[in-house]
Amino acid sequence: MNGFYEFQFYLFSLLAIASALLFVTRKNPVPAALWLVNVMFALAGLYVMLDAPFIGVIQVLVYAGAIMVVFVFVVMLLNLGRSELTDLRSLGARLGAGVVGLALLANLLVITRQRVPRVALAPPADNEVEAVAASLFTDYIVAFELTSLVLLVAVIGSVLLAKKRVRA
Amino acid sequence: MIAEALIVSAILFVIGVVGVLTRRNAIILFMCAELMLNAVNLSFVALAKLHNVTGQVFVVMVMCIAAAEAAVGLAIVISVFRHFGTVNLSELRTLRG
Repeated sequence: MNGFYEFQFYLFSLLAIASALLFVTRKNPVPAALWLVNVMFALAGLYVMLDAPFIGVIQVLVYAGAIMVVFVFVVMLLNLGRSELTDLRSLGARLGAGVVGLALLANLLVITRQRVPRVALAPPADNEVEAVAASLFTDYIVAFELTSLVLLVAVIGSVLLAKKRVRA
Repeated sequence: MIAEALIVSAILFVIGVVGVLTRRNAIILFMCAELMLNAVNLSFVALAKLHNVTGQVFVVMVMCIAAAEAAVGLAIVISVFRHFGTVNLSELRTLRG
């Protein structure tokens, strides 16, 4: 049973990384968006394996179902589906980005190796969603209400920004 | 499992960073930012398993902020496209001296 679990964990991890690589190398925004949806599905699987099924469901509903649809909708609206000649930066910028990426990756891996203790995992909570809700609506209620305010401002702001200017 | 999840998270984050640094299409840049947010969410969930459930609460909030950011950012992209007729960032050089 444990081996099967580990196999699935690595399968979803490989799926996420491979889809992310394919996403970042596509020239056309539409296949890029679809590969990103694939990354999000794989991450939802990983969340379920890490005893966070609620987060996994939210991931599929909000990220794959709502945010990425907005991206594809904007691509369609602006008719950007045709691939441009190139949207890559110059060779020097790409080399610099590679160096920055390798340095950051090495940094993160060293921190992970040094700081994450090798402890036996706690058994999953009896009712994970209940624990999340209890924490969200008691300890973090102020942050939760502020989040609703941020969403309201975002709705108003995006309507204001995207509407056509009418000359008075 | 925790360390492996954090390593996957680091790799995804770095892919997002390299994407932001190498591409010039504004929509792809936004998608790379979403990929970075997802990578951070994965490490939150992994550390929530190590410590307590607070990490999952943060993930819910990160998702709300990501939705707001995507809405406002894409509205800006639409506005920029109306004004300049392109979303290629290297062609937006009005402020270049």
